This record gives sequence, C-alpha cells and structure tokens, in this order.
Amino acid sequence: MEISNVHQEINFTEALLNRIAELISHYPEDKRKAALLPVLHEVQDAHNNWLSIPLQDKVAEMLEIQPIEVYEVVSFYTMFNQKPIGKYMFEFCRTSCCAVRGAEDLMDYTCNKLGVQEGEVTPDGMFQVVGVECLGACGYAPMMQLGDYYKEHLTKEKVDAIIDDCRAGKIDLHKQAITE
Amino acid sequence: MGQKILLEKAHVPGIRTYEVYRREGGYRSVEKALKSMTPDEVVEEVKTSGLRGRGGAGFPTGMKWSFIDKKSGKPRHLVCNADESEPGTFKDRYLMEFIPHILIEGMITSSYALGCNLSYIYIRGEYMWVFRILENAIKEAYAAGWLGKNILGTGYDLDLHVHCGAGAYICGEETALIESLEGKRGNPRIKPPFPAVSGLWANPTVVNNVESIAAVPWIVNNTGAEYAKIGIGRSTGTKLISASGHCKNPGVYEIDLGLSVDEFMNSDEYLGGMMDDRPLKALVPGGSSVPILPANLIFKTAEGNDRLMTYESLSEGGFASGSMLGSGGFIVYNDTTCIVRNTWNFSRFYHHESCGQCSPCREGTGWMEKVLHRIEHGHGREEDIELLWDIQRKIEGNTICPLGDAAAWPVAAAIRHFRDEFEFHVRYPEKIKNRDHFVAEPWEKVKHMVAKEVV
Repeated sequence: MEISNVHQEINFTEALLNRIAELISHYPEDKRKAALLPVLHEVQDAHNNWLSIPLQDKVAEMLEIQPIEVYEVVSFYTMFNQKPIGKYMFEFCRTSCCAVRGAEDLMDYTCNKLGVQEGEVTPDGMFQVVGVECLGACGYAPMMQLGDYYKEHLTKEKVDAIIDDCRAGKIDLHKQAITE
Repeated sequence: MGQKILLEKAHVPGIRTYEVYRREGGYRSVEKALKSMTPDEVVEEVKTSGLRGRGGAGFPTGMKWSFIDKKSGKPRHLVCNADESEPGTFKDRYLMEFIPHILIEGMITSSYALGCNLSYIYIRGEYMWVFRILENAIKEAYAAGWLGKNILGTGYDLDLHVHCGAGAYICGEETALIESLEGKRGNPRIKPPFPAVSGLWANPTVVNNVESIAAVPWIVNNTGAEYAKIGIGRSTGTKLISASGHCKNPGVYEIDLGLSVDEFMNSDEYLGGMMDDRPLKALVPGGSSVPILPANLIFKTAEGNDRLMTYESLSEGGFASGSMLGSGGFIVYNDTTCIVRNTWNFSRFYHHESCGQCSPCREGTGWMEKVLHRIEHGHGREEDIELLWDIQRKIEGNTICPLGDAAAWPVAAAIRHFRDEFEFHVRYPEKIKNRDHFVAEPWEKVKHMVAKEVV
C-alpha cells in the first residue's frame, strides 16, 4: 500500500456533509458500507483529488466501518489517489482503439510541451500526464479524461487550447448536475 | 434502413429531460405493466421476445429472470450493469447520456416483473457526467411519481439509485460488480451460488446490461412476439454496435440483428468503408475479449457463407475461423496496424485490470504482456511464440471469472491468424524500431521475408 506523508488539510463543509448523508440514504440502514465508493469520490473531489490516511480514517468513522475496509478499497480502484496529484491531470486513454488513432503520439506531444515524463507533475504542481486503460470513448479517439470531463477527437491544437484554458483557470474539474 | 427501438427518439431535442421524454410516449410501459399485467406476464413477454443479454454473454434475459429465487422471502434486487469498460465498447454510455429515461423506464418495468423494491444502476466511475445525468433523471422520475411509494396508485413501491464505481474493469463481471456495490474490492465470487439465489447482500439479484433493460419498454409496449420478428433465428431484435478504429464513420449504431457485416462495414448508412481508403487488415467484432478476425474471414465464413451480425454467424467455425458478437464493440484495423503491438496493447490492458485473485490470471496476464513487450520491442526469441500459446492455454478456463478467458483469447487468435507477423518480429528486429513501422513498410510488402525462410 502506497502511503504519502504529505499533510492534507481536512475540511468537511456543510455541503459535503449533506451530500454524504444523501448518498448514505440510498442504501439500507444496516448497509452503510455500500456508500463507500460514492462517498470517497465526493470526499476526494473536495480535497484536491487525493485521499490521505487521516482522510480515509475520517471516512471510515462516518460510515461506521473499520479503517482497513477503506484502505483496501482505496488501494484497489484506480480512480482513488493515495498521494497528491497535479491540479490538472491529463489521463490519456492508450488502449487499442485510441492507440491506432494516434493517442501515443499525442501523449508524447503533451509531455514534451509540458516538459514532463509520463506520470510526472510539473514543478508548479499544475499538470500531470498519465496513460490509462480504456475509458470507453473508442469512437471519439484520441481522447483524455480531465476531472469529470472527457475531451475527445483530440488534436495537437486542441491540447494546446486545453492547456491554455487550464492556465487561465477556465476549466471546472467537477461537473454539477446536468439538467438539459 | 433498420428498425429503431432504442435510438428512435435519440435526436428529439430535449429528450434527455423528463418532460420531453414523457411527451414522446415515455413511461407507457410502466403504466401498461403495473395496471394491466402481472409480473409473470411481463417475464413471459421478455421470454417470448428472445432478447439475449446485450452485455456480451448473450444469455436469454427472460430465462435469467425466471431463475430469481421467489421462495426465500428475502428482498430481491435488480442491478443494471453500466460498468462499460471493454475496449471497443461505448454503446451504453450513448443511451444513458442522451436518453437516460429509457433506462429508468426499463428499470421500473423490469423491477416490477422481478418483484424488486430496491434497485441500482452501477455505472463506471469515469462516466461521472453521465452519473450526474442519471441522478437528475431519477430525481425527475421520483418527482413525477414513477418511483417511490405506491406508484400510480397500484401499491407497488420502488426505490432506484445510481451508484458509481471507481475505475476497475473487473467490476463489469456481475459478482465483482455486486461486491463493489457492497463497498468492497471488486473480486468476483465463486459460482454457485448464482446471484439469482444469493446476490446483493445475499439477496436474490438479477444483473442486466443497460441495453438489455432499455429494450424492455418496447417489448412490453409492442409484445415480445413483435420483437422476435426483428432479426434472424435466435438473434432477435436490434443491437447497438459501437464502431471504432480505422473506419470512416466511427460511432454508435442500432442495427437489426442479421445485417451483413459487409453492409455494416461498407454502406454509407453505417461505417462508410475504410478511413483514407486503406485496405482492411483485421477486425474485432465484439469488444477486445473476442478473437480477432483476419480480412479473409470478415465478410465470409470459412464455409463460404456471408458473415452476418448475429450471435451465430459471427461465431461460425468456432474460434478456429470465427469470433463472437460479444458486446458489439466493432474495432476496425487497416494495413498500417501492427498486430503484435496491438496484441501487446490488449495484454497490457488485461494485466492491468486483473483483480489478482486467481493465480493463472494474476501471473499469466503479466507474463503474456512481458513476452509480447519484448517481441514488439525487438528482443523476442524463437520460442516466445510457443511460450505465449502455452501461457494463454493455461489461463483459459482456469479462473473464477471470465477475465482470464478474455485475456487469453485475443492472444490465441492473433497467433492463430497472424503467426507470420510474430515470426517477422522475432527474426527481423531491426525493422521494428518504432511504433509506426508498418506505415513505412506495410505488412503486405514485408511478409514475404518470413515466407521465404519457411520455404
């Protein structure tokens, strides 16, 4: 298990607590553990996209389960981060369908542009580029995930524009309810 | 032009909202089922339809429903498998993103048929914006009285929630999905007991794919007999096919089962032929786990029959010369595709996604990836091809869940149909220094080098 010793500020706002209560209500009273994955997503989103051990312990306390039950889940699923990540993590799908449509070259281009190797975070903590397995956007390749968004039919020009938007603070990583 | 059952209303402006969906005739199947049919009658209609599970296995849905344990007295659950993660497959996302209410309508009607009062949609965590869309659509359905207590005054209660995974392909396997829904690691369970007897929280549970559940409203509204008239033989109804790779028009298509592969591949209504008009080299017709087919077996079977988009035709000849319809993930490869590199790519995927519970899968997928990596990168040994063949045989059939088979089959099929390409990699490593080597030297130009040595 990967353990980070970087301190993380823990802040459960009223909105987050209300959301967690809502998620727990979706499962039978004696099955609170079932809310673990959705709750972890919300808690991670609200804490700079990673889950320190103290934060995981706090989630265990809220769901009335043992800390180990949270650790074993966090370490199993790829979407939970156990250490700090770049503010904008470009997750390029590199599985077959994206690969044959140029994903690997585009990933190389992005790494070069940002001056990082795959997996590294830029010195300012802003960007990280990683290769991930199939994201289910095969017909819209090449693509990447950025927060809760999919960026599809990517070209070098589109990647440039996305980087500019990130630097300008125009990218909202977490999507709100979609009503239309 | 094929019949549209699932995507008929996909392009109606605002169809994502309850108001428009209802105006276009949505939720009629709930009214019909709850007010004028018994649950068993709904199950019978689905049986009559011949609908087969659209997640990949193709098991008859009505029969699966009839297995649910009604005698235990325990609560029953319907769980929708929206954990779409098979490379090449992105059809369920399309349905949920653009017509979320068709899935919710199907969940209500199907839950009624199965006697469930608490149901879930389990969606892959990466589809977070689709999760939000579904959450909102469920709220709309509650507000309109289609969910909750005493639906339509019939005394039937149903709660429905959407639950998100967190990035694990294995959670598409039904028992791993149940484990994950319970808040655990996605390790598949040994079967039996099957979920129909002991599933979510040890209660009787049915797990169905998004597309299967979304077909139920049409079947209830129009009868199973009408549905069975579409398609050919035991492949009834329509099927969503998600196309990707080197075709002109990638995307999601609804086809009548029985359409010829040739027409799907080459007509302007569907894929429109090959991107940049390059030659077709190979095809994966049903998602990454099914065997790859070489060009000479794509449009005609080994017996000389036209290859059709059906469960039966695509598997004609078994794995020696056929493949599977699977999830309908249709991946097209042109002559610039390096089969060895592509097979390594798939092996990397399965190694990454193995849950690690069974030794043959945990160790074997990594071993295959390692061997394929060295062949692709110019360090292959003559014996590596036989080694790969041996490893995949030792994985297949020796794991708790089908992920082992899914990892083994692409490797077996690639060696079976493209052995000379593997041999070329081993014997001429100096020609495979970069990822685009077949763009510079198309396979048709270099394969004679292997043939000469064989002679």
